[in-house]
Amino acid sequence: MTSEPMVKAERVCKSYGKIDVLKGIDLEVTASEVLCIVGPSGGGKSTFLRCINHLEKIDAGRLSVEGRLVGYYERGGKLHEMKDKEVAAQRRDIGMVFQRFNLFPHMTALQNIMEGPVCVQKKNKAEARERAHTLLARVGLSDKPDAYPAQLSGGQQQRVAIARALAMDPKLMLFDEPTSALDPELVGEVLDVMKDLAQTGMTMLVVTHEMGFAREVGDQIVLMADGVIVESGDPREVLANPQHQRTKDFLSKVL
Amino acid sequence: MTESERPAAIQAVPVRHPWRWVGAAGIGVLFAMLVHSVLTNPNWNWSLVFEWIFSPPILKGVGVTIALTILAMILGVVGGVMLAIMRLSPNPIFTGAAWVYLWVFRGTPIYVQLFLWGNFIALYNELALGIPFGPEWFTFSTRTLIPAFVAALLGLGLNEAAYLAEIVRAGLLSVDEGQTEAATAIGMSRRQSFRRIVFPQAMRVIIPPTGNETISMLKTTSLVIAIPLTTELFFQAEAIGNRTFQVFPMAIMASIWYLAMTSVLMVGQFYIERHYAKGSTRNLPPTPIQRLRAAVSRGRP
Repeated sequence: MTSEPMVKAERVCKSYGKIDVLKGIDLEVTASEVLCIVGPSGGGKSTFLRCINHLEKIDAGRLSVEGRLVGYYERGGKLHEMKDKEVAAQRRDIGMVFQRFNLFPHMTALQNIMEGPVCVQKKNKAEARERAHTLLARVGLSDKPDAYPAQLSGGQQQRVAIARALAMDPKLMLFDEPTSALDPELVGEVLDVMKDLAQTGMTMLVVTHEMGFAREVGDQIVLMADGVIVESGDPREVLANPQHQRTKDFLSKVL
Repeated sequence: MTESERPAAIQAVPVRHPWRWVGAAGIGVLFAMLVHSVLTNPNWNWSLVFEWIFSPPILKGVGVTIALTILAMILGVVGGVMLAIMRLSPNPIFTGAAWVYLWVFRGTPIYVQLFLWGNFIALYNELALGIPFGPEWFTFSTRTLIPAFVAALLGLGLNEAAYLAEIVRAGLLSVDEGQTEAATAIGMSRRQSFRRIVFPQAMRVIIPPTGNETISMLKTTSLVIAIPLTTELFFQAEAIGNRTFQVFPMAIMASIWYLAMTSVLMVGQFYIERHYAKGSTRNLPPTPIQRLRAAVSRGRP
């Protein structure tokens, strides 16, 4: 195991035109840790997550995964932009789960999961299929391999999406409000899958509004508002005894 | 609920629609008049229509029309996809070039474009491969390089590409951005995500208007006389009409052929659309054949 943190952000800034979305985020996540990012909407949580796998480019600061800068390499004290191919290779180790699932609607659940291994990692099809069946079983959907996304409930779709991300054997999983688009009674089944995943030692960054999940599974919680980290620490302490007024205001609305 | 508890089914007098009967009678009379005229007016000259409909020049004309349609559509689809990708590319040179192409080819009539392709020879007698302003390695005579059929193909195909580019672009834009993001997140390159994820979904939107364009293309081939390409169906029909002084029956004969061909295309479109509807509807609608089979097995329509 390396001493490098899995994710390290140093004064990360990002703006869309004149609007500053991230105003200097400092953050470290070590391997096997679960970091929950909470906060009001528009606070920059999702943007930060998307910066980690370079779906968004950061404007200033440094952001690295496993000690390697995201989207750039450094040579002779200068930053060079990576080619699309190199960025794509970097993303393969980072799984991402989206708020709106984003399953491929023209493929069955099984094909969705196989797509990455077969098309990107060039794995043998039979092998990938077997693995996909295993992953489907792991998220509790072994009876749905041939269902198209439109035939699945929201909770089932999100579990397939998690299995699709896991199929790439990522070292790091990013969850962007994975339960926000779900009916209340379906939230539990997705959180259960995520809890299991955390127990296997997966490093996870979770943007969420589920304080119960943060309290139970999180190793670290970060409250992000207006592009800065307001408060961070052990989730049980922060949620029980917030130090900042901003955190208190936010928690009083969601708890 | 048991049978005894269930209230009796409603027995109501249905609403009457007398005007439907009046309408049906009116249309029936008009249709009978049409059939009577078509069958009894000797100027329709049906015997001549059937005498010529399978004659060698007409069959060859049908062949040329089909070949032109298929090849021009292939050229159009390939060009259209390329132009659409160029227009959506982040590279401003590509976007600009595609825009200019569309501006020129959509902004001038197809008949004029065909005329220009046919008279390309007046502009350039020879085409040469070499360095601009420098030495030339190969030279070709334009007349042998671009025979009438190729000129027709280029004229129709390049014009079609401009229209299909917009259709393809609309299809690509209809695919949710989250799809590209999800594809990117599992490490796909731009090309992989386009080919495997975005394009197959865009096809659902692209196919119906492309079917339209194919049918339209089949009929537009009758304009290639502007080149002039004379082996095509309508010119042949017209030529026979002029020779036999029976222009009208020959035009009817050509129309029958066009109708037959577009009907075949419509069937093809139905099945292609069905293929790409996978996943977008929970259950695919039955094909007409499946519907027929079900009706037969039920014993009623």
